[in-house]
Amino acid sequence: MAGQGTWAVAVTSNEGAPDPVTQRTEARLIVIDAPRTVELERAVHALCGDPVLDHWHTIAAPDAVWIVEVLPHPGVTDAEGDSFALALAQEGFPGVRVRTGKRHALPAATPEPVVRTLAAALCHPVVERATIDAPGAIPGAAWASAFMPAKDAPKHAERVPILGLGPDQLRALSASRLLALPVEDMLAVQSHFAELQRDPTDIELETIAQTWSEHCAHRTFRATIHHHEPGVPETAINGLLKTYIAAATNEIAAPWVLSAFEDNAGVIEFGRDWEISFKVETHNHPSAIEPFGGANTGVGGVVRDVMGVSAEPIANTDILCFGPPTLSAEDLPAGSIHPTEMVAGVVAGIGDYGNKMGIPTVNGAVLFDPGYTANPLVFCGTLGLAPRGRRPRTVVPGDLVVVIGGRAGRDGIHGATFSSEVLDADQVASLGSVVQIGDPIVEKRIADALPIARDLGLYHAITDCGAGGLSSAVGEMASETGADINLDLVPTKYPGLLPWEIWLSEAQERMVLAVPPASWKQFSEVMQTEGVEATAIGTFTGTGRLVVTSCGAPVADLDTTFLHKGAPIRTLHSTWQPPSAAANPPQLADHDATAALLSLLADPVIATKEGIVRRFDHEVQGRTVGKPFVGPLDIGPADAAVLRPVANERGGVALGNGINPRYGELDPYAMALLAIDEALRNVVAVGGDPDRTAILDNFCWGNPNLPDRLGTLVKACQGCHDAAVAFGTPFVSGKDSLFNEYRTPDGETRAIPGTLLISAMSIVPDLARAVSMPLKRAGSVLFLLGATSDDLGGSCYWRQRGVLGTRAPRVDLPTARETFRALHRAMAELEVLACHDLSDGGLAVAAAEMALAAGLGCLLDIDLVPGAAGLPTDAVLFGESPSRFLVEVAPEHAEAFELEMERVPCERIGVVTADSRFRVGRGATVFLDCSVDDLRAAFLTPISAGMGVSA
Amino acid sequence: MTVLDAFAIAPPRTDAPRAIVLRAPGSNCDRETALALELAGATAERIHVEHLVEHPNLLEASRMLVLPGGFSFGDHLGAGTLWARRIAHLQDALERYVASGRPVLGICNGFQALMKLGLLEGGALGPNESGHFECRWVWLEKPATATTPLLADIDRIALPVANGEGRFVATAPDAVARLTGGGMVALQYVDANGPTAAYPANPNGSEGAVAAISNRAGNVLGIMPHPERNVLPGQAPQGREDGAGLTIFRNLVRMAGAS
Repeated sequence: MAGQGTWAVAVTSNEGAPDPVTQRTEARLIVIDAPRTVELERAVHALCGDPVLDHWHTIAAPDAVWIVEVLPHPGVTDAEGDSFALALAQEGFPGVRVRTGKRHALPAATPEPVVRTLAAALCHPVVERATIDAPGAIPGAAWASAFMPAKDAPKHAERVPILGLGPDQLRALSASRLLALPVEDMLAVQSHFAELQRDPTDIELETIAQTWSEHCAHRTFRATIHHHEPGVPETAINGLLKTYIAAATNEIAAPWVLSAFEDNAGVIEFGRDWEISFKVETHNHPSAIEPFGGANTGVGGVVRDVMGVSAEPIANTDILCFGPPTLSAEDLPAGSIHPTEMVAGVVAGIGDYGNKMGIPTVNGAVLFDPGYTANPLVFCGTLGLAPRGRRPRTVVPGDLVVVIGGRAGRDGIHGATFSSEVLDADQVASLGSVVQIGDPIVEKRIADALPIARDLGLYHAITDCGAGGLSSAVGEMASETGADINLDLVPTKYPGLLPWEIWLSEAQERMVLAVPPASWKQFSEVMQTEGVEATAIGTFTGTGRLVVTSCGAPVADLDTTFLHKGAPIRTLHSTWQPPSAAANPPQLADHDATAALLSLLADPVIATKEGIVRRFDHEVQGRTVGKPFVGPLDIGPADAAVLRPVANERGGVALGNGINPRYGELDPYAMALLAIDEALRNVVAVGGDPDRTAILDNFCWGNPNLPDRLGTLVKACQGCHDAAVAFGTPFVSGKDSLFNEYRTPDGETRAIPGTLLISAMSIVPDLARAVSMPLKRAGSVLFLLGATSDDLGGSCYWRQRGVLGTRAPRVDLPTARETFRALHRAMAELEVLACHDLSDGGLAVAAAEMALAAGLGCLLDIDLVPGAAGLPTDAVLFGESPSRFLVEVAPEHAEAFELEMERVPCERIGVVTADSRFRVGRGATVFLDCSVDDLRAAFLTPISAGMGVSA
Repeated sequence: MTVLDAFAIAPPRTDAPRAIVLRAPGSNCDRETALALELAGATAERIHVEHLVEHPNLLEASRMLVLPGGFSFGDHLGAGTLWARRIAHLQDALERYVASGRPVLGICNGFQALMKLGLLEGGALGPNESGHFECRWVWLEKPATATTPLLADIDRIALPVANGEGRFVATAPDAVARLTGGGMVALQYVDANGPTAAYPANPNGSEGAVAAISNRAGNVLGIMPHPERNVLPGQAPQGREDGAGLTIFRNLVRMAGAS
């Protein structure tokens, strides 16, 4: 029907009912770019669907209704279309291109403006476009334009005149080419090329910009910072990373840490024969503009980090920060996606990647705060398992530079800089795409193939190809040796890519390896067997130069020392002012306690995340011993995940996290202590050994060039150092995502709340002794471990009342460490029936969760709470003092437990009851009394309400 | 050493019956399925579908065939579709295999592929009624009519489901009744009152609460929940029997030995 040899098939579900409001019906659209022969049409129809479920037809005539077709922009990854094309090739139709999308029909009587509004809502303009056909219109006008035109591009590099430019001109050049290099960096580049007496090529300039970027080189964390703080002499900090984070790891010097900050992921020992790796990344900006694709490729990226230390991914974790789901449309910042839509997209994106790769998503957190509306945070973490001592990481001159997996395209080129402006569809189409879309099956093939190559010893080094594409991956691997690269050999998705685009493409699902020539044949056979494309694109040389050629001509020739060591150390200024005091709200009258508790249990931050978490497979691989939801009803929120990485090992690994940006608004130093305390509480509560726990830092902050933003970052880093050293928990990996700010219509920029995520991995010495949080039996004793203070500042309870408070809880680090160790000893030596850490919502919420998870009741006397004397009731019930646990112990073990806790704050504060009533009193007076069913109802309500996803 | 080696608790006996765990790009339960088979007494080999298509004699040399769970080919064009089209190159050999009485088990994505291959009949597996992927533990019961020996010694069992396209859709209004009458409905989703259509006990909205079906002879079984995820201590949640899924793999090995 349409011109240029494209035609299409519509596939409709046999059961699909029209939308009750708009009468819209939906079909899948399959567009074929090849002449429609009888044979091809038969082959296409045979692949379209299952006749029990669907029916389909070639679109051969105008429809009498409105048609809205949504197809991906040319160049945007369409994994389904690619699979369709592959299947056709296997059926004897090679070279047929296929794109897939959606075809919506609306009644002819629908007014055109309604059709246009609906079309806009049905399409995400960053990655796809909608075409509207009026009733009776000839179909297919847009089909041909879903394919990348087959045009070629010049293969040569362009010289960029830079010698002799003044600072303003250099600044303008950096801006116009989206290099994101400040003028000091541009001057350094200029003086380097002045020595060489030539101008750089575009590809050289781009390579330097990528290598020196905040993302790749952590310029802020390496900068010299002049820090100002009232009452403290000005200090010069010689790099946050070195001074605080790495320093803590060095001071602790844990012998079981195998790799910290040196590789794509941190690595620790697991038993004698194995090692466990862990990395947590963020993918904030891509998720803000395209939630599905951003989160999807965030997972794909961090999985590659773990494959980059030659490990197999065995678990994922996701921590998500969104704006409030209840945000009204008028409060939504211009250009932002509403939090409910954001949640739905991000959750679908994470599920699509993790589920398809078969990596269980076992742990995470979901936070809601107005500060994240324009800048949502998506933290993706992956745990890896590998045999000990098989982590090759030394490039040898003469090794081949091998790229495996996906093909280069325009995906993600300059994504970070482009994404700071709103793109219109035409702009996106002409760029191909700035947003990456993932194909998890391509990465799964890599995950299947790499362990085979590792175990055969077929490579010398490996790294992930992520931000900056080949320029960054090859550049980094060749930093000691140099390399010669021939861009003509790099596989591309379509013709027409410029040399620098091939070099910088952030196309997904690629890894770069150093393969010795003698192993190349066997290596490529292994890859072929698993369906992984592998291409040698050059050689690691030993010349110390990174030389790139295209069509026989050099397009880049860079000194690797300049590239990796030539970036000027930045000088930044920071200031820190404690926030001004605000009035505290009045003390809660006792009779309100039940309502306050139920309202906390229903708070989006505390209430069950089942509506999200059950979309992720947490059971695949069969390693998940401690599940996200625990207890006989599968509803108890577990403190941490527990994994059995190796079936015949007694031990396991616990995964937990600590994050609470509310504290950061009060005191970022305290926030760091609290986040580490929380992450440790989580893993210790399930049986993790506090002395065998490694942690990861992820900082998401605003613009570090603004002294107030940087001041809070400095305080948080200081807290990270002090807490890590005090707990003896080394940092093994980390990542920062800065510049998370948005501009209001009146030009003001607002930063996200400075957010620190601490992720913990902890060895569980004996899985048979792992502990879960639901109450286990009536009659047992409840101990409260850890001291309670007047710690309502930053609490959930106050936030529900619109108050932040003035003081964040303080962690007594030595007591906290002693508490964790004592609890861990008790778990090893006696029967601890249940344990739950006290966090959001304090004692009352923790006890309620333990009860509702089990269907058992309890009776607590808060006069017995250590430290409660003289505290208001609400502070005891809902205060969030750190380092605390509620522990259930059988009566016959209670004395032994107390003995074990001799040196730490610990009191019997209650008992477990069989009557399914939740009662709290002070002395003889019960002032909080409700049924466990009421608690459960409050906790479970938001599964289907208000989180943008239904159960 | 691979993660499969990490799972291997004891070296398999040399006389153990050979099992093929047939994998495709995107299969992701093949390792734990191979482990379950080895725990049950088989020698399990994970074989790529393209390798089997090139070496069909491998099929003949095996005593049982298992199609594991996952997202073969990304579930593109419908779950199991593209995988089944690759396996279809062995259709004749596969039909002879089934006719010889050797057991064939399809789990989740493998069940979907067996349906597409026509080795199981009576319906199709469509998108969940909820419209999304779902992972949760469910209770299953074997109806009194079920005849497959692959579920011997099982009346009621807890297993996890994890799928987006697990809703059994019958080919005709009387198809479930015909399947039941023929002894082919093997497991049903149940709540306290027996087979149920209600979410979440029936997590997909399956017709007739169908969670597993067999062929008439009983040697081909397709099951939506994952028995291989409940074969080791600690895998089952509180209140459910640890290792209960192993029974199915033991039955498979027993049938393989008898056929």
